[in-house]
Amino acid sequence: MTLPRYIAQRLVVLVPTLFFVSVLIFSLQQLLPGDAALALAGEEHDPVAVAAIRQKYHLDRPVPIQYGIWIGRVLRGDFGESMRNKIPVSQLLAAKLPVTVELAVCSMAIALLIGIPAGVIAAVHQGRPIAVAANVLALSGLSVPHFWLGIMLILLFAVQLGWLPASGYVAPWEDLRRNLAALVLPSFVLGTGVGGVMMRHTRGAMVETLGADYVRTARAKSVTERMVVLKHALRNALIPVVTLGAIEFGRLLSGAVLTEQIFAIPGFGKMLVDGVFNRDYAVVQGVVLVSAGLYVLLNLAGDVLAFLVNPRLRGPA
Amino acid sequence: MRWTRILTAYVVLVLLGAGAASAQTVLRIGLNDDPDALDPTISRAYVGRLVFAAFCDKLFDVTPDLKIVPQLATGYEWAAGGRSVVIRLRAGVKFHDGEPFNAEAVRFNIERHLSTPGSFRKSEIGEIGSVDIVNDLTVRFTLAEPLVPLIAALTDRSGMMVSPKAARELGDKFGTRPVCAGPFKFVERVAQGKIVGERFADYWDKANIHVDRVEFVPITDSTARLANLRSGDLQMIERVSPTDLAQLRSDSRLKVVGVAELGYQMLPLNLNNGPRGKVLGADPRIRQAIDLAIDRDTIIKTVFNNEYIPGNQFVSPASPFYNAKFPVKRRDVARARQLLREAGHPNFAFTLIVPPERDRQEASLVIQAMLAEAGITMTIQTQENVTMLSAGRKGDFEAYFTFWSGRPDPDGNVFTFTTCNGGQNDSKYCNAELDATLTKARHEADPAERKKLYDQTTEILLRDLPRLVLWHRRVFTGLSGKIQGFTPYPDGIIRFKGLKLS
Repeated sequence: MTLPRYIAQRLVVLVPTLFFVSVLIFSLQQLLPGDAALALAGEEHDPVAVAAIRQKYHLDRPVPIQYGIWIGRVLRGDFGESMRNKIPVSQLLAAKLPVTVELAVCSMAIALLIGIPAGVIAAVHQGRPIAVAANVLALSGLSVPHFWLGIMLILLFAVQLGWLPASGYVAPWEDLRRNLAALVLPSFVLGTGVGGVMMRHTRGAMVETLGADYVRTARAKSVTERMVVLKHALRNALIPVVTLGAIEFGRLLSGAVLTEQIFAIPGFGKMLVDGVFNRDYAVVQGVVLVSAGLYVLLNLAGDVLAFLVNPRLRGPA
Repeated sequence: MRWTRILTAYVVLVLLGAGAASAQTVLRIGLNDDPDALDPTISRAYVGRLVFAAFCDKLFDVTPDLKIVPQLATGYEWAAGGRSVVIRLRAGVKFHDGEPFNAEAVRFNIERHLSTPGSFRKSEIGEIGSVDIVNDLTVRFTLAEPLVPLIAALTDRSGMMVSPKAARELGDKFGTRPVCAGPFKFVERVAQGKIVGERFADYWDKANIHVDRVEFVPITDSTARLANLRSGDLQMIERVSPTDLAQLRSDSRLKVVGVAELGYQMLPLNLNNGPRGKVLGADPRIRQAIDLAIDRDTIIKTVFNNEYIPGNQFVSPASPFYNAKFPVKRRDVARARQLLREAGHPNFAFTLIVPPERDRQEASLVIQAMLAEAGITMTIQTQENVTMLSAGRKGDFEAYFTFWSGRPDPDGNVFTFTTCNGGQNDSKYCNAELDATLTKARHEADPAERKKLYDQTTEILLRDLPRLVLWHRRVFTGLSGKIQGFTPYPDGIIRFKGLKLS
């Protein structure tokens, strides 16, 4: 099978997936208790004003009609506006996507820097203290709650030592130094969690490839152990890890809610949570739809990478 | 390889280099929530008022002891009978876009507040029938009915003036880029990120503004907000929880100031809103028993480190409208039990809805234990705030735990909650005598007579108890030691006049 055909087949799945997600998120929001117009009113309960809000955002129409109005606009590129702050949802998404992407990229970089070397070490030195240490490191990353870790890092590096900012985000084109400084702690919090997952999978894949016949042959031909591990075993072990990495990256792009809350990063996760609590339906729908689309595309990217590096996926020669 | 070296060198230079070398004083303020639309006409969130104080001046303001003082207006005179008021405007004021502030701008703004669909200001100044221009710096408001609290309403969002030109150009998008006449000019907003303002060079009172740039940063987690203040990334945080005060006070680099709030914490009780009103609405003695079984002093000591003020009326004991004849009653479990027996409910049960917020949850647990000693079983039902308020509107409650942020005029603390058609009267309490008293108080200009009317109001409400007022919080603001000239106000709003950052 050729690559373009492979991609085309996968893209065909994208449309029904997004349609299903749109119906699902729209329906689930209707299950949220409470009146969205009253949520917007907050402390101010002028019934006339509340009624006007309900009418403006079609909250007084039947649910299927509300869905039809919304999806019709989405197909024209209009995601509506935030009921709370009146900013167009597409503008919010465009502003927050780079933030979330940057955080996800930095977190993934840390995850790979931790996970892959730790996985290789754990596989190559099975049963030895260094392998145990690598396992402990990975499990710690998986088990320590992000919320707690984030607060502890803030207290240590921002409050006690003053080395890094406690929270906030500055765009890289405004001040690259402050941008990177602000991302160190949240990236580390997220990266340790993902790194643990990457480490476990790398270790498993390495153990399998190190036991393969071609590795035994390479050793028999007096190839150095370093070359055996890095050139022969690791390259093949990374194939499933690449696919996993794409999935994990997609999860990071969906927004790391707790981490963004603690570090006041204005990304997708924070926007989603605030949207749910404020019953800001258009925001929630927009975030979920875009996240779902990105997730599917990233999965596709992971599969394409696997397709490129693994000739066996291309079918018979 | 060569490009790699160039890129590395660039990154190193940027990292080593200083940030934008600037002598600007930047004040960063941590907010508890992200504000809603920055349009005074449709804004409803309390936190938005903190941001408006930077961008949008009002016709009048209040002092820390709630006296009304000039801001964009310099004075006012009521006509005899109170059906019109003449307001004199300050000369030489400009909006941030250079447009002049004048009588025409005031007329535009008031009409905007009254006619915009979804306006939350209409209920505050809806009595204004027309705005007439007397001259370029004088307007006359003609009222359908006398409304003494009107001037107090003009010290908040109803009195905020936006540029008519910008409002016409931006339409319903005005809230994304406000253009007003305050000390700071709006620069940008990153939703859930920050709101930035820069000093307005043509501000009418620019001699008293000493900060070049203000950044409002919403950080919803209180621990993270406090950490930011301690690390110096923020210079102020608003509405500090009492449980965080010890940390603040133990840090010599920080200060904390507190002032009694305008509002109160309360339990509205369902008296007549649907079938569930039969529980607590059956007999006022039941409600009096609940009130007597609660020990407000103990709750404030144990849950709030003795930082709050016990209350039972719609104004705090420090208010000139407080009725001293009815102080907070001491807890009396025996009397509570007796009242329940007399009402025919020796073992009474009801449900209190409480949002998942630490302070109210802890206080509810203590109240539950106290009521149990009087033979009252109170079930705590946790509901998200939006859901709870919706349930209140629909009458799907017996009691719920909420608060009111408070207004400078006592009318703003009681009318909408207790009059028969009050917009926030979830209890559906209706007492014709109370309605008449409160309506008369709205029309009465003489302060002494007004006080008498509010005294009568208190007496009626403490007899009927459609809601239990529990306490008045103190509004605590956490400050960096570098801040000077900060004056706390009971409304919790940060004023920038005189504020300095060393």
